[in-house]
Amino acid sequence: MSIDKIWVLAEVADGKPITASLELISHAKSLAGTVEAVAYGEETSAIAGTLGEYGATTVHDVGDLGGSLPGAPVADAIAAAIEAGNGPDAILFPATYDGRDIAGRLSAKIDRPVLTNVVGLVAGDGGLITQHAVFGGAQIATARFVGDGPGLFVVRAKSFPAETSGGGQAEVVAAAATESGPTNGAKIVASHVEERTGPKLDEANVVVSGGRGLGEKENYALIEELASLLKGAAGASRAIVDAGWVPYSHQVGQTGKTVKPTVYVACGISGATQHLVGMKNSKNIVAINKDQDAPIFSVADLGIVGDVHKVLPKLIEALKARG
Amino acid sequence: MNVVVCVKQIPDPAAPPALDPGTKNLVRVGKLILDDSDAYGVEMALQLADAAGGGEVTLVSMAPNGETSGLRTALAMGAAKAILVSDDSLAGTDALGTAKVLAAAIKRAEPDLILAATESSDGYTGTTPVQIAELLGLPSVTFAKKVEITGNSVKVERQTEAGYDEVESPLPVLVTVTAGVVEPRYPSFKGIMAAKSKPVETLTIADLGIDAGQVGATGARQEITDVSASEERASGEIVVDEGDAYQRVIQFLEQLKVL
Ligand SMILES: Cc1cc2nc3c(=O)[nH]c(=O)nc-3n(C[C@H](O)[C@H](O)[C@H](O)COP(=O)(O)OP(=O)(O)OC[C@H]3O[C@@H](n4cnc5c(N)ncnc54)[C@H](O)[C@@H]3O)c2cc1C
Ligand SMILES: Cc1cc2nc3c(=O)[nH]c(=O)nc-3n(C[C@H](O)[C@H](O)[C@H](O)COP(=O)(O)OP(=O)(O)OC[C@H]3O[C@@H](n4cnc5c(N)ncnc54)[C@H](O)[C@@H]3O)c2cc1C
Repeated sequence: MSIDKIWVLAEVADGKPITASLELISHAKSLAGTVEAVAYGEETSAIAGTLGEYGATTVHDVGDLGGSLPGAPVADAIAAAIEAGNGPDAILFPATYDGRDIAGRLSAKIDRPVLTNVVGLVAGDGGLITQHAVFGGAQIATARFVGDGPGLFVVRAKSFPAETSGGGQAEVVAAAATESGPTNGAKIVASHVEERTGPKLDEANVVVSGGRGLGEKENYALIEELASLLKGAAGASRAIVDAGWVPYSHQVGQTGKTVKPTVYVACGISGATQHLVGMKNSKNIVAINKDQDAPIFSVADLGIVGDVHKVLPKLIEALKARG
Repeated sequence: MNVVVCVKQIPDPAAPPALDPGTKNLVRVGKLILDDSDAYGVEMALQLADAAGGGEVTLVSMAPNGETSGLRTALAMGAAKAILVSDDSLAGTDALGTAKVLAAAIKRAEPDLILAATESSDGYTGTTPVQIAELLGLPSVTFAKKVEITGNSVKVERQTEAGYDEVESPLPVLVTVTAGVVEPRYPSFKGIMAAKSKPVETLTIADLGIDAGQVGATGARQEITDVSASEERASGEIVVDEGDAYQRVIQFLEQLKVL
């Protein structure tokens, strides 16, 4: 099956398409002649310019969801378009809360499987070939679809760079959701935003992460302070998220975020495979750990064998002194 | 209130995993255990059934070789009974195939609420639960960090990128729970003894009216073509802190123009 047309789910946050969707649009452009976006919400016409710049020529607008969780209604709209013969050869979803829901719903609706946790996507003889990081990224598995129908791919953030290609504003066309009945029963009644200072974890140039080696919750303040001095974001291992020291949104790794900053500073983190898979493609890695055999050192460009309670306060002092 | 919890039985994650070089499937040898991620769903189900003033918690699992050791752990925690689907033709089933099997099994229990984990510890596609909901024609709420039942509806705090949403849905509904949503209890000795005699109904796909062509490696319609070692990242300079290692960090950051 040749790949002529690819659709990309364009999610919106803070009035802009999320970076993970732009990464997929710009990569799709290298794989197919026609790249189109699928969007929902009230702001589609406002983002058509950005989507066009990254390579989408058309935006299929599902429109306002009236407070519904996106999974069912957006999957319905896409399924209806496929049914009508307008479907693409492949649909790429960012691996987000809603992206995964929509892909899963659509999969069951059109009876096509989904390839998930994709970290690479290349054109092969019989269609697209996916790459998946398995066993904490120590191995790469490649996979592909067999049989007819569009390929559904859920792709992890930071798998490709987001690059503009100078296209004009994408044309907005309506892709109304059909009546989804009981599947569309879940409604959002209120949204709560947790306060964040500094850049987003997955967009920051510097990420400073802390793990169980910090000893206690209060010491996470060292991580936040160092991150802020470096104008970066504060991350965490799952151990301290599960322990309730920091919210889940800080978690880096297999079940958390993938980050690729210029510098990743791991403090008191052992370097379990599930953590490494989320950060080992950082451009530079600094690790501070008191155990010289900690696996984190195997990926570190600079490894400090030392106590975080000694090294971090001195580092923070010195950076403050520089002003 | 009847609650079904999907529980996956997986190889011990502490044991080094391996893929079969021929079939490229995960090698499943030795005893399977209850996936940690599902212990939260089991605990949540027990608490919700309790709060609703009664009702039954039924486990549903698909696993090879009639494996029940993970199910026994969840029964020991307090679940009433289990349905296990085990069938040789299920080897190599993908997430959608798994969802078809689980959906058919869940239907038999006529639940008001279905719980699953946001993603399993071994395959972690995270799509199976939503696929189940769609196949059953039910709403779903994923990434729950708090779940409450009031009358005929469920109220969920759903994790979002920016914080969380309050979501409401009528029953029946499928909800996936995140790790840490509740503190799973340890099975008591009494629980472990009681679990031994709790009913586990073992079904084949024929019992569920599923055709072998829809599941297993044949039904999967996706194939792993290759598995190879990824590029190793070379490790760099190691400095043992003698009190001034912080200066080397600063130098390094300067070289990278981060400072
Ligand atoms: C299915 C699954 C998914 C997972 N997903 C993730 C994920 O997304 N992200 C993730 O991070 N983990 C994940 N994990 C958990 C992972 O396996 C590890 O348990 C976790 O990463 C360990 O966190 P840690 O490094 O903070 O703690 P530990 O492994 O306990 O390491 C603490 C480190 O701190 C060092 N240390 C102690 N004291 C000091 C000190 N004073 N100064 C300096 N160093 C010190 C120790 O030498 C040790 O190396 C997952 C696990 C499973 C099974
Ligand atoms: C490394 C790897 C990559 C894979 N990639 C893909 C892929 O891209 N696409 C694909 O379709 N398949 C893939 N598979 C196969 C897939 O993992 C299996 O088909 C599996 O049966 C589906 O589930 P999961 O573990 O991914 O489930 P998830 O969707 O991650 O499971 C979420 C929850 O659903 C419930 N659940 C899932 N399976 C069961 C079960 N057997 N019994 C009871 N409850 C269950 C549990 O509550 C579980 O926590 C992959 C497998 C591996 C090992």
